[in-house]
Amino acid sequence: MADERLQAAVAAGLLGSEEEFSRLLRSIVEVARAIFGARASSIFLLDEEADELVFAAVAGEEEQFLVGRRLPSSTGIAGWVASSRTPLVLEDVQSDPRFARDVAADTGYVPSGLMAVPLLEEERVLGVLQVLDRPQRSRFSLQEMELLGLFGSQAAIALSLLGTARNARAALAGDGRSMLVARLAGALDHLEGERRQAAEALLQSLVTLLAERR
Amino acid sequence: MATPPEPEQLDDPLPAWSLPRDAVSRIRIANPLPERVDREWAIGGATGAGVKVCILDSGVERGHPLVGEPAGAVVISLGENGETIVEPDEEGDLCGHGTACAGIVHAIAPAAEIHSVRVLGAGFTGTGETMLAGLRWAVEQGFQVVNMSLSTTKRQFAELLHELADTAYFRRTVLVASAHNLPVESFPWRFSSVISVGSHEEEDPLVYYANPDPPVEFFARGVDVDVAWVGGGTIRATGNSFATPCISGVAALILGKHPSLAPFQVKTALYQTSTNVQASNG
Repeated sequence: MADERLQAAVAAGLLGSEEEFSRLLRSIVEVARAIFGARASSIFLLDEEADELVFAAVAGEEEQFLVGRRLPSSTGIAGWVASSRTPLVLEDVQSDPRFARDVAADTGYVPSGLMAVPLLEEERVLGVLQVLDRPQRSRFSLQEMELLGLFGSQAAIALSLLGTARNARAALAGDGRSMLVARLAGALDHLEGERRQAAEALLQSLVTLLAERR
Repeated sequence: MATPPEPEQLDDPLPAWSLPRDAVSRIRIANPLPERVDREWAIGGATGAGVKVCILDSGVERGHPLVGEPAGAVVISLGENGETIVEPDEEGDLCGHGTACAGIVHAIAPAAEIHSVRVLGAGFTGTGETMLAGLRWAVEQGFQVVNMSLSTTKRQFAELLHELADTAYFRRTVLVASAHNLPVESFPWRFSSVISVGSHEEEDPLVYYANPDPPVEFFARGVDVDVAWVGGGTIRATGNSFATPCISGVAALILGKHPSLAPFQVKTALYQTSTNVQASNG
């Protein structure tokens, strides 16, 4: 048990910080926007306890002030995508009066079209990725749907990995000794060249010293 | 159109597992499939009259011009002890997705009755259980066609769904289920007792292809489809969700004209009338 906690601590130290989690979210929406040449892209994360979707990151026209806003988890388009675990691609969404009213009231920006894909990690729904206003061509294609799905699953894997580290850090926060190991692992990982070699030699000496004293 | 014959029924049920010699005459098949099943035989002049189609989804907007008034609308929820609660649905559609599916069925089989069974929108938790409870209720009601543009990725429901799909099959409920649009395992579309549907990119709602390499058995129109949506209007949508009700609509046409067909015969009729099989049959 103690071993597991130490392993978790080392992993948490290596696997990045809150800031890296935010960077990952921003990177996902920026890449999604670039892949489809879209006007904007956004990501919602599912808060299962509150039964809500949380607006977690946005790239493009919409403003960052939206980050943190919450929506019901199972109504509307994003809610349907999350609760049915199925992607939806819609154009002319302004013709949905409820959608237009709700979104415009929140953002002042109503897209004409959107693609929304659930972020699935095995059986779990992590959230919903939306791509808003991709350029209009004659027809949508099934290749685009496939690309959206492939990118969505890659994004879900990355989110799941960093999310695991985030949970491990939260669990370790109350455990001073394990957290110390996590910080040590994180600090070591950031060193390069001679400083890293020196730090590793120092740690090795420490391990030898502690083993001798047993 | 001639009054369709009644489904074959036995007044005195046979033993479940055997056929006594003196009972052979009792299982005469009144309306077997003809030697040549083509579109004229299967759906020529058909309207879906007399067929109840259940839309298991997010609800159906009442009085939408492209759907009409649903013949029935209920919402499924789960009680504290997990019991199924079925109540009249006054909310309509909480997303638009169910209305879209109903509109596609209505466009193909305008005389079929639309029954909405809402299993989504009541919260994220328990969506799998609610979907299962809704499907069970729909099968008990004896709807001839259940459109399920939904699936679950939760393995824990697979076995129960499998049993339910088989129950539907034996009770002559044709269960038409969407293949997932993403490369994930989901159910019930993978089961052989249902009719599973993916998308093609053509525009004709009556062009459908039989897939020689299942689990997806048919492809129907699912890309850039103008569909009914909440607020009385339409929206352009893409996904297997919208291909599935095309096949549900055709199944309703077939059953309106040939109500005695069992689900495997409906599937055979769909296969025989599919665009690629027709082409190879000349």
